[in-house]
Amino acid sequence: MSVLVNKDTKVLVQGFTGKNGTFHSEQALAYGTKVVGGVTPGKGGSQHLGLPVFNTMKEAVRETGADASVIYVPAPFVLDSIVEAVDSGVGLIVVITEGVPTLDMLKAKRYIENTGGVRLIGPNCPGIITPGECKIGIMPGHIHRPGKIGIVSRSGTLTYEAVAQTTKLGLGQSTCIGIGGDPIPGTSHIDALELFQNDPQTEAIIMIGEIGGTAEEEAAEYAKAHVTKPIVGYIAGVTAPKGKRMGHAGAIISGGKGTAEEKFAAFEKAGIAYTRSPAELGSTMVELLKSKGML
Amino acid sequence: MNLHEYQAKELLAKYGLPVQLGVLATTPEEAAAAYDKLGGKFAVVKAQVHAGGRGKAGGVKVVKSREEAAEVAKSLIGTNLVTYQTDANGQPVNSVLVCEDMYPVERELYLGAVVDRGTRRVTFMASTEGGVEIEQVAHESPEKILKVTVDPLVGMQPCQAREVAFALGLKGEQLKQFTSLMLGAYDAFVENDFALFEINPLAVRENGQLACVDAKIGIDSNALYRHADLSAQRDKSQENERELKASEFELNYVALEGNIGCMVNGAGLAMATMDIIKLYGGQPANFLDVGGGATKERVIEAFKLILADPSVQGVLINIFGGIVRCDMIAEAIIAAVKEVNVTVPVVVRLEGNNAELGAKLLNESGLKLTSADGLADAAQKIVAAVKA
Repeated sequence: MSVLVNKDTKVLVQGFTGKNGTFHSEQALAYGTKVVGGVTPGKGGSQHLGLPVFNTMKEAVRETGADASVIYVPAPFVLDSIVEAVDSGVGLIVVITEGVPTLDMLKAKRYIENTGGVRLIGPNCPGIITPGECKIGIMPGHIHRPGKIGIVSRSGTLTYEAVAQTTKLGLGQSTCIGIGGDPIPGTSHIDALELFQNDPQTEAIIMIGEIGGTAEEEAAEYAKAHVTKPIVGYIAGVTAPKGKRMGHAGAIISGGKGTAEEKFAAFEKAGIAYTRSPAELGSTMVELLKSKGML
Repeated sequence: MNLHEYQAKELLAKYGLPVQLGVLATTPEEAAAAYDKLGGKFAVVKAQVHAGGRGKAGGVKVVKSREEAAEVAKSLIGTNLVTYQTDANGQPVNSVLVCEDMYPVERELYLGAVVDRGTRRVTFMASTEGGVEIEQVAHESPEKILKVTVDPLVGMQPCQAREVAFALGLKGEQLKQFTSLMLGAYDAFVENDFALFEINPLAVRENGQLACVDAKIGIDSNALYRHADLSAQRDKSQENERELKASEFELNYVALEGNIGCMVNGAGLAMATMDIIKLYGGQPANFLDVGGGATKERVIEAFKLILADPSVQGVLINIFGGIVRCDMIAEAIIAAVKEVNVTVPVVVRLEGNNAELGAKLLNESGLKLTSADGLADAAQKIVAAVKA
C-alpha cells in the first residue's frame, strides 16, 4: 500500500513535448513510472519518447485509461490545463509549474470542489512519489527507498533532505507528497495527514512546513484529534523577516501572522514531536519510534 | 508588486470609487500649481512611498497656501522617509500627492480585502474603526471587523455589500454609494489580480458623501504577465537595490542583518539553512535561492550579490543536487570563486548525485573552499570560520 500513486498508476503528461515535460518524463520512465502518453494540442497523432501524443486530455484518457496527469505547461496556461484534466476524468492532477496567479488557483479549487473525488497536488511543487513504484514530478528518484515514513512538505529541497535522512537511517518512505509553496495549494497538510493515517504502509509521518498562513497550525489541531501515527514536525523560516516573501509565493509573514514560532507552538500544544534542526528530521523520527517501541 | 497611493487611487477611480481628488507633483512648482488647481482653502501634501505610517513620520502635511505647498514639497522630495514600516534608511520620496482637504469628517471607516488562504476566497473586511491599523483592531476588538467571503462563481453580490453597509451604520444615499463602492472594489480586485487592497480611512464626509482618503494596493507578482499597464507602474526606486538586481537574474534574494552569506537551491532549504546557522550561533546575512539549475553563471551572479553586502564575512553554499550532478555543481562553484575573486571563507555542502566526487574537487581546488558533510557540519564550520 501507499497513498495516491503506486506501480499501476497510469500517468499522462500535459505539456509533454516541452523542455521540462520531456526531461522529467524521461526521468519518470527510467524510474519505472507508467507514463502512458501526453497531451500537446496540435501535435496529436505523433509519438514522443516512444509514446503517443494526443490533442486533448479527453482523447488521451479514452485511449490510454490513464488515472493521473502531471502538468508542466507554463503558468499562464495552468488553469486551462487543470480544467481540462478535471473534465477528462483522471482522479489525480499534479501541477509542477511555478508562478501560477493566486486567483487562478482560487478558481481551480472552486471548480474541483464540485467534482468530488479529484485530487489536485501543487502547484509549485516537486510532485508525488511512491518509492520503487511511481514517480510523478521532478524529485530525484534515486535518493528514495521503499519504507514506512510518509512525508508531506511545502518545500521541494527540504523534502529531499527528509528523504535522504530517512533513507540513510534505514526507515525509507511510503509516499512523499510535495504540496508546494503557494498560498492556495491543491492538497493541504491536513489532506496529507488523513491519507497517511489511512494507509497501512505508513507507520509514521514527517510534516514539513514553513512561514506564512496557518495551515500547519490547523494541521496540528487536526493531528491531535485524528492522527494516531507518530509525527515529526519541522518549520522553516525562524530567521525570516516580517513582510518579506521568502522565495515561495506563500512564504510570507503578513500582519504579524504565520511566524515559525507560532507554528512550533502549535506542534507543542498538539503534542507533536518536532525538531528545530533540518539536519535532524531523520534522527528525531528514529528517537520517536524507539520511544514508542516501534523500532 | 505594490502601487503608490496615487496609482491606486487612479485605478480605483476607473472602477467608480469615490477617491479624494489629488494632483501628483514631482517639483515644488508643480505642487504650487496643484494647490491652485484644487482651489480649496487647505490642501494635504502626501509623500509617495511604499510604506505605511507616513503621517507620524512627517510625510503628510496640511498646507494653507500655494507657497506652503511648494515649501512642503521641497522639504520632502529628494529625501528618504523613515517610518516604522521601513528600514533605517527609509524610502526615497520622488513625488508628492497634493490632495483636496476634506477634514473634519463625520467619521472614518475601513475597507480592505485579501485572498484568504484558509477559505480560499477573496475576503473583504470592513470596520467602523478607520484610520487605525486593521491589525490593531483585529487584536484589540476583533468583533468590530466584519468579514465577507466571496464565491468566485457568482462574485460579490449587492446583498453582501448592503449587509456590510447596514452594519457600518450607513444611511440613505450612503447605502447605495457604499454598495456600488464595494462592488467596484471587488471588480478591481479580480480584474487586476490584487494580492492586497485597503482603503483606510474611508471617510464619511460632513456632506454625507463617502471618500477614499488613502488607498493601498498590492498586485500578485505571478499575474503581472497579464497586466502590462500595471507592470509599467512598478517603481524600482522603492525596492532594495540588491533584491532588485537579484530579480533581474531570476534569483530570489532577501537581505538580512547577519554576516554569513547563504547560497542555497530551493526556497524551503534556503530558509532552513538560515535557521540552522542561527541554531549554531551564527547570523545569516541573506536568503538566496539559486533555483534548481545551479549553473556557473547563476553561481557567479549569486556570489556577486552576496559579496556586495559589506557585512558578509563568510559564505555557506548548500546545494541538494537532485537531478543535477554534484561534481558539475562543484565545478561551477570553483569557476565562480575564481572569477569573482572570493576572499572570505566558503563552506560548501553538496548532497545527492556524485556528492563525494564534488567534495573531492572542492578540496583539491587550492581555493579557500571547505567541503562539509551534512547540514549540521556545514553550519558549524561556517560559524567557526567567521568567528575565527
